[in-house]
Amino acid sequence: MPDDIRSDEKYENVDLSPPVSDEVKTTTCYMCACRCGIKVHLKDGAIRYIEGNKEHPVNKGVLCAKGSAGIMQHHSPAKLAQPLRRVGPRGSGEFEPISWDEALATATQWLSEVRYTDPRKLAFFTGRDQSQSLTGFWATQFGTPNHAAHGGFCSVNMAAAGIYTIGGSFWEFGEPDWEHTRYFLMFGVAEDHDSNPIKAGLGKLKTAGKAKFVSVNPVRTGYSAIADEWVGIRPGTDGLFVMALIHELLRTGQVDLEYLARYTNAHWLVRHAPGTADHGLFVRGRGGLPLAYDRKTGQLLDAGRTDIDPAMRGRFSLHESAPGDGGDNAEAVPAFELMLERYLDPRYSPDAVAARTGIEADTIRRIAAELAHAAFEQEITLDQPWTDWAGRRHETMTGRPVSMHAMRGISAHSNGFQTCRAIHLLQMLLGSIDCPGGFRYKPPFPRPAPPGPKPGGKAHQVKAGSPMGGPPLGFVTGPDDLLVDEAGTALRIDKAYSWDAPVAAHGLMHTVIRNAWAGDPYPIEVLFMFMANMSWNSSMNTSETIEMLTDTDPQTGEYRIPKIIYSDAYQSEMVAYADLILPDTTYLERWDCISLLDRPISDADGPADAIRQPVVAPDRDVRPFQDVLIDLGVRLGLPAFCDEDGNPRYPGGYPDYLANHERAPGIGPLSGWRGEEQDSHGRGKPNPDQLARYIENGCFWKGEFTPEQRYYKHANRAYLDHAEQMGWIASADQIVLQLYSEPMQRFKLAGQGFGSVLPPVRYRDRIAECFDPLPVWYAPFEDDHTDPAAFPIHALTQRPMAMYHSWGSQNAWLRQIHGWNKLYMNRKAGEGHGLADGDKVRIESPYGSVNAVVALMEGCNPDTVWTWNAIGKRRGAWNLSKDAPESNKGFLLNHLITDLLPPRDGYRFANADPITGQAAWFDLRVRVVKDDDAVLGDGNRKALPRVPGVGRAKRQSRYGAQFLPKGSWRRKRGGRGA
Amino acid sequence: MTGLPENAAAKKLGLVIDLDICVGCHACAVNCKEWNDGGHSAPLTDEEPYGPDPLGVWFNRIHTYEAGDGPDGRTVHFPRSCLHCEEPACVTVCPTGASYKRAADGIVLVNADTCIGCKLCSWACPYGAREYDYADGVMKKCTLCIDRIENRNLPAEDRVPACVSTCPASARHFGDLGDPQSDVSRLVAERGGYALMPEMELKPVNRYLPPRAPADAPASTATAPAAPPVTDETTARAPAGGTGSRFLDWVDRTLSR
Repeated sequence: MPDDIRSDEKYENVDLSPPVSDEVKTTTCYMCACRCGIKVHLKDGAIRYIEGNKEHPVNKGVLCAKGSAGIMQHHSPAKLAQPLRRVGPRGSGEFEPISWDEALATATQWLSEVRYTDPRKLAFFTGRDQSQSLTGFWATQFGTPNHAAHGGFCSVNMAAAGIYTIGGSFWEFGEPDWEHTRYFLMFGVAEDHDSNPIKAGLGKLKTAGKAKFVSVNPVRTGYSAIADEWVGIRPGTDGLFVMALIHELLRTGQVDLEYLARYTNAHWLVRHAPGTADHGLFVRGRGGLPLAYDRKTGQLLDAGRTDIDPAMRGRFSLHESAPGDGGDNAEAVPAFELMLERYLDPRYSPDAVAARTGIEADTIRRIAAELAHAAFEQEITLDQPWTDWAGRRHETMTGRPVSMHAMRGISAHSNGFQTCRAIHLLQMLLGSIDCPGGFRYKPPFPRPAPPGPKPGGKAHQVKAGSPMGGPPLGFVTGPDDLLVDEAGTALRIDKAYSWDAPVAAHGLMHTVIRNAWAGDPYPIEVLFMFMANMSWNSSMNTSETIEMLTDTDPQTGEYRIPKIIYSDAYQSEMVAYADLILPDTTYLERWDCISLLDRPISDADGPADAIRQPVVAPDRDVRPFQDVLIDLGVRLGLPAFCDEDGNPRYPGGYPDYLANHERAPGIGPLSGWRGEEQDSHGRGKPNPDQLARYIENGCFWKGEFTPEQRYYKHANRAYLDHAEQMGWIASADQIVLQLYSEPMQRFKLAGQGFGSVLPPVRYRDRIAECFDPLPVWYAPFEDDHTDPAAFPIHALTQRPMAMYHSWGSQNAWLRQIHGWNKLYMNRKAGEGHGLADGDKVRIESPYGSVNAVVALMEGCNPDTVWTWNAIGKRRGAWNLSKDAPESNKGFLLNHLITDLLPPRDGYRFANADPITGQAAWFDLRVRVVKDDDAVLGDGNRKALPRVPGVGRAKRQSRYGAQFLPKGSWRRKRGGRGA
Repeated sequence: MTGLPENAAAKKLGLVIDLDICVGCHACAVNCKEWNDGGHSAPLTDEEPYGPDPLGVWFNRIHTYEAGDGPDGRTVHFPRSCLHCEEPACVTVCPTGASYKRAADGIVLVNADTCIGCKLCSWACPYGAREYDYADGVMKKCTLCIDRIENRNLPAEDRVPACVSTCPASARHFGDLGDPQSDVSRLVAERGGYALMPEMELKPVNRYLPPRAPADAPASTATAPAAPPVTDETTARAPAGGTGSRFLDWVDRTLSR
């Protein structure tokens, strides 16, 4: 090895081994929701370099553009510096600095008044929240049902459809078996969810060269760009496409019937007694267990028995062993037969759906045949013995190597829940759920479909001055679980778990401002939000949302939403609309926890959780939001946060809580290194040194399943026992996949007028039509009320990979990559409209108009336009200059998206999926009009001023110069010119 | 003008970039910027970073374009950085010797202390690989992470360029393209890796691996009914415990749970 300083001929002495850093600290990235492990190199106390942690289970050493731009995020000039109180009118951005004592006293007074009168008058919604096990718990302790994070406008359709169908879901609760899959079908994933694991998986898949990757997406960018086949589907029609694939598999008999009989409810008998209250529900025996028709004995027997030969079709007469409505005319029909009837119907044939989906019938037939080939003719056998739920030993594991993934493109439509359920049905028919080569669950999933608990917030559970008798978010199984009063009116401010959105597993953050403004179902007093840009890119109908935030009651002169508390680390657009600002730290200055209690980072081979530790100290008067929340909990006297004398239970704040809080005996926020011996994982007594153990291990904990536990987790004795022991599931029973969803049928029956809890009349048709125990396809709601001739084009958004799910599109480096957004359009279609690259256009919907510059491209569905989301910014926000392209050339499509559907019987539903309440962003239809005079940018809206403590942004950044050797002339500010 | 090394070693360090799996995520570009901002060529100055026209120094930029028309076309993500040419015009035009090619490994570097910022090199380079730092008044460029690849302060596995280390899809490879037995040379041979614009006769060292032909999955050969079934047959009621239509006989096979 030569010397460090090596003379290279006559030219230069290059130091080949400069010291990189004085210290390396591990923590968890927060530049998006991927939550990769990072190593932060520190030199002279400053952040020199952030890289991926090779040991970390999520990213295994790689790091994306956002993660690498973390330095600039930490040094953003938009960072808030101190607590603020509004002094000008709301929206003016005029604030005065106040002390933390004053800020917390104000917040405590506002919140306390509400808590001791009517706790529902606090709406507490957290946006890009990664600590929901704390925030949800805090809301429960406070006593308000009005809590959720941002899942309702992100991807609750995907999550809920999965959880109700297979007891897991894509992304956080499951992943493709990248190693073994031979056919990978991806729906509507833009550049997002997952971030690094999908990139790594696709790289592996394609490099191995043994699989085909098909991307179903109206736009050919990002992941779709490297697909072996791109299917440029029309937005909102994925459900039809999937049902046509199902039609083909059924028509050709290419279905894994054995898998269905063992692992799903396909053989369960459904009561056929139209016009009765039990029609469509499972036929249950006297013990309440579902029944099947046993062809060996000719009897109706417990469907869970392993000694039966269940009929998959037929009609069977009922008798007294199966009590229920329907009398002598009732029959019992296997769920699978109902499925045959549904999807063999010619309306789901490839020929019937071709025109609507924009996919040729032959293509659909070919893809169905390819799926079948991969599943059944490329079957995998792993020489791995395992024991099933019934205790039977199997010598091998069979794999159907077809995997699928879906995300927001499926989710953000008003038919997204049913479409996502259809995808899971397709997986079940192929026998590819949690088998080698298929979709694999990530622990703590699978859980029963659906799992507990039920959402709290019924009238008797909400009491002044008391914690609520249940968590605000949960899973309903029928109308009895809804949070509605006797008249059917919603009990939550966002109308989650009401007839508006019965299965609203993530709440409806996107309806809160509208409903609070309208006092529908009731007015609130305090709106408390964290990291949620509701006055900009996190709301549909942004312009009107801004008006609602600033609107006053003419009688009193008071704001209709009286008090708004907001916590953010940066001066986002939302700051100007709050009355009290609680400034948060950056992600490199805080403790945090990625918990198995809410949104874990497990992979299919074992559970994982993680922490953030502060790697640098804040240089401003800011506090981590979670610490503030715990502090407020003490001040408000919430029993989980202080004792009866008012002393804090966690005097050390959030890190103290992370190590010492127990949600149930032995179960806390973190699973690793529990117990007195610090050697228990999962359950164990709190360990006061737990965080130190995490730090020693790179700030994460990862468990490893035994080879026997890795597949068929829903029916694998070794896995189920382990999951029960870890506290992930209440009992180690088999988790039966719900091909036929009885909760959906219960709601359908209510829509048809059966049952004790009935929807008000105006809801009935909608409930009866959209709820169905087997997935149905209906057109996106926008199609019902927007004239397709006048607005012929579908409009979508996606986040670029370098910014997806990031709070940092103002980042000095990332904004050089995506500084303004254009309207992308299919070239032929654009030319047909007389448009050329660079033309200025108006994009018009029935609800508004924005201006843009057009860019034409080949890889776009002809009836679709799209743009990068959240690049367009409000002028003056994020401490960008007033002439920044983000606010002078870019645009925000949200202005064109209505938050309410047109009136129906005098009532306006949210622009959302009728089942889950998922915001239907992608239902939007527009027209594009050439307009040479169009003025680009954020129009005439007044520029937001910098708030106190946010200084003028640098006009030049030479961040890294400080790391040069002391004598270097390049260390000078301004370089040679200085 | 600057001469090329007279006794150059056979070693030719360079990058091999797999266009088949590059998803255009910009991870390599930003991690490169992050490393090099505080590295050998520090800083990579950003002018107006929060202003109307932010303009920074980047050693690696990603371009996205489309090849071919309609659905049969392809979206290509193309990372562009210095190719460390064997006969780099940027070196031979340099009037001060600031731009030079290392004899030991072929890496093309700029000595910031002797660069006079005349920009001749950027005119000479047909690949647009050079980046002028207005504040420092010197030309900067990809160093192949000269301060990483032999850095004894880093663990051995981290001694690769930052872009290679961070790439989520593993689309970037680093090694000695002068050694036909090296992993990167084998990869190039196996995948038909190519040089950019060889007609310029600068002999770039870096190679790009072309997109593979799309995988063409076989379709099932299972016997499917020749024509779509007759509707009323498929929806016909099977008698209790009976066999139903022949078309759906497969549903009735004996099952075990």
